[in-house]
Amino acid sequence: MEFTILMYLVPAMIMFGCGIYGFITRKNMIAILISLELMLNAVDINFAVFNRFLFPGQMEGMFFSLFAIGLAAAETALAIAIVINVYRAVRNVDIRQLTKMKF
Amino acid sequence: MELSYTVLVLIIPVFMFLFLGIVGVKLSKKAAGLLGTTAMGITTVIAYAAALTYFFGADQGQVVDGVRQQLTVLDITWLEFTKNLVIKIGVLLDPISAMMLIVISTVSFMVHLYSLGYMDGEKGFQRYYAFLSLFTFSMLGLVLATNIFQMYIFWELVGVSSYLLIGFYYTLPAAVSASKKAFIVTRFADLGFLVGILILSFYTDTFDFITLTSNPQAAISTAGGATFLGCSVMTWALTLIFMGGAGKSAMFPLHIWLPDAMEGPTPVSALIHAATMVVAGVYLVARMFPVYAVDATALDIITVVGAFTAFYAAAVACVQSDIKRVLAFSTISQIAFMITSLGVASPELHHGVGYMASMFHLFTHAMFKALLFLCAGAIIHAVHSNEMSAMGGLRKYMPICHIAFLIGCLAISGIPPFAGFFSKDEILAAAYANSPLWGVWLSVVAGMTAFYMFRLYYKIFWWNNPDYGHHTPHEAPMTMTFPLIFLGLVSIVAGFIPFGEFVTWNREEYIIHLDWTIAGTSIVIALIGIGLATVMYRKENDIPERLANQFRGLWTAAYHRFYMDELYQFITHKIIFARISKPIAWFDRRIIDGTMDLLANVTNSASFAVRRMQSGSVQTYVWFYIVGAVAVAAITIICLI
Repeated sequence: MEFTILMYLVPAMIMFGCGIYGFITRKNMIAILISLELMLNAVDINFAVFNRFLFPGQMEGMFFSLFAIGLAAAETALAIAIVINVYRAVRNVDIRQLTKMKF
Repeated sequence: MELSYTVLVLIIPVFMFLFLGIVGVKLSKKAAGLLGTTAMGITTVIAYAAALTYFFGADQGQVVDGVRQQLTVLDITWLEFTKNLVIKIGVLLDPISAMMLIVISTVSFMVHLYSLGYMDGEKGFQRYYAFLSLFTFSMLGLVLATNIFQMYIFWELVGVSSYLLIGFYYTLPAAVSASKKAFIVTRFADLGFLVGILILSFYTDTFDFITLTSNPQAAISTAGGATFLGCSVMTWALTLIFMGGAGKSAMFPLHIWLPDAMEGPTPVSALIHAATMVVAGVYLVARMFPVYAVDATALDIITVVGAFTAFYAAAVACVQSDIKRVLAFSTISQIAFMITSLGVASPELHHGVGYMASMFHLFTHAMFKALLFLCAGAIIHAVHSNEMSAMGGLRKYMPICHIAFLIGCLAISGIPPFAGFFSKDEILAAAYANSPLWGVWLSVVAGMTAFYMFRLYYKIFWWNNPDYGHHTPHEAPMTMTFPLIFLGLVSIVAGFIPFGEFVTWNREEYIIHLDWTIAGTSIVIALIGIGLATVMYRKENDIPERLANQFRGLWTAAYHRFYMDELYQFITHKIIFARISKPIAWFDRRIIDGTMDLLANVTNSASFAVRRMQSGSVQTYVWFYIVGAVAVAAITIICLI
């Protein structure tokens, strides 16, 4: 069976859509964070796939994926720290309750 | 050059001003006063040394071929904008600046000494001495200036010192408004001065006095006959410069600030508003005289302004009731004498005797007018009032003051052998040489001078003997009487100085010849004035009252200074403020500010309208972002297709 580019892109797109859906609908900040990771991973897959299919023999896309994974790890650590601090401050991680930063 | 130590007369007072101004409040009053007076004493010694070395000292090039030279003993380039526009700071010694050194340092030292007694116990004693030092510094800088721009800087500085000292009693509304008035009126005049300086230096390419005055014809001719409104630009420049001088020297119609300036402490009136600062205008014209001498129109303007002011001020002085006001108007009148004398001086007439006479009168007037003011201060100190009605019969209580005041009155009236006789006689000689009209005019004013001065004298020391109650007036303390005695002696002998040997317009020696026809006439006129005053005011009687009733209209007008203040009030408030300033203010507030307000208001209401979008709910923002991203993507795709 021949692997075509679409067989990779369609799952990546579904992952990305789930990420957006989760980001908008979930109340828990941890869940939002997970959604965010989902989106990032979808993008990483895209990078790898495009590199593999369109520019075989070059490695830029692969390296970009690795780079994004490292960055995502750091970003997650930061986000978790923020979530923990928010929880300590207001005893709550419901994003809909946290609307203090407005006009 | 050896005389360069002259610059110390500027450094010591300015240092004293800073010192007393900054740490003065930490010192005791006595220490501050003594320190200021000592510093002034040192300054006086240096000033005398410089002036006497200049006039009599071993030859350092002061005199070449019988002409006294103008020595620039210090010359620093301060600002260099272009090759021609260079502003320098320096010290210029020549006959008139050396003479002014003596006048200013003497009177200033006497006033410092006198103030120890007069200002004793006043609040702000240290501040007072700091301001006196500032004034002395500025005035000495003014007379020693090497160029007209430096003079302008110090000119403004004396204006500031005058403002500060008039408003010394800043809790009294009268003093505050008087100081504001003095500042604004002289500033208005200085506007003319500045414009005049700019025109003059534009056409002559120099600020320097020596360059300007050594070859005035060249300076005039470079203007190339440029004219404006029918007069040559040089006439305009010189007249505008004279306007600055007229403001400072209280010439009609810019005289209105000087009588009000009497709100300041009396020693300040003696120093600033009688002896030194108010003669700055005379000094300015004298400094530029060679340039004025080639422009007959400017000299005529000076003559007319001076002569009219002399008469006007004398007329007003005859009916004032506040003794300091009488002295103020008398000062205006005497300065007008000096100005007129410069106006009628021309190099062809009597070797330019008017110039010498003007400087001579400046010198003697500074001494006897300071004396009169200091006497007035002692009297005010004794009776606690400025009004003549509170005085009378004081000769018994204050003998030293009485004699000193009498000397001052005789000097100003021009009775020989007192100082004023010699200088005033030279002025009259110069006026008669120019035109009999000015001669007769000034003779009449001289008679009026004698009359109003002796009216003042009799009203203070004779007239009636009011009941002073338990508070008997007494002689002032020693620090106050010593300056009176010293200045009294100077007023007696100053006339015998052979002034023509020192100060003449071309700086060559000139021997004064008393013209006895003119001298005799002026003595007779002065005696008539004195006699009239004696008849009217020696003993209490109703002659003055009856005369005043007979000429009620004239008397009231003169008492109100011929309504000059009311006229100014009318012009400034009813015409300038109401007709010009108000529309401009309306335009500024409504149109200019309004445009800016409109912009601000539009921005403000726009941001109020959109601020709801900043809800604080992160997921809403994400919605906005996604919708936006999709929209951008859609537009891009549509465009690409």
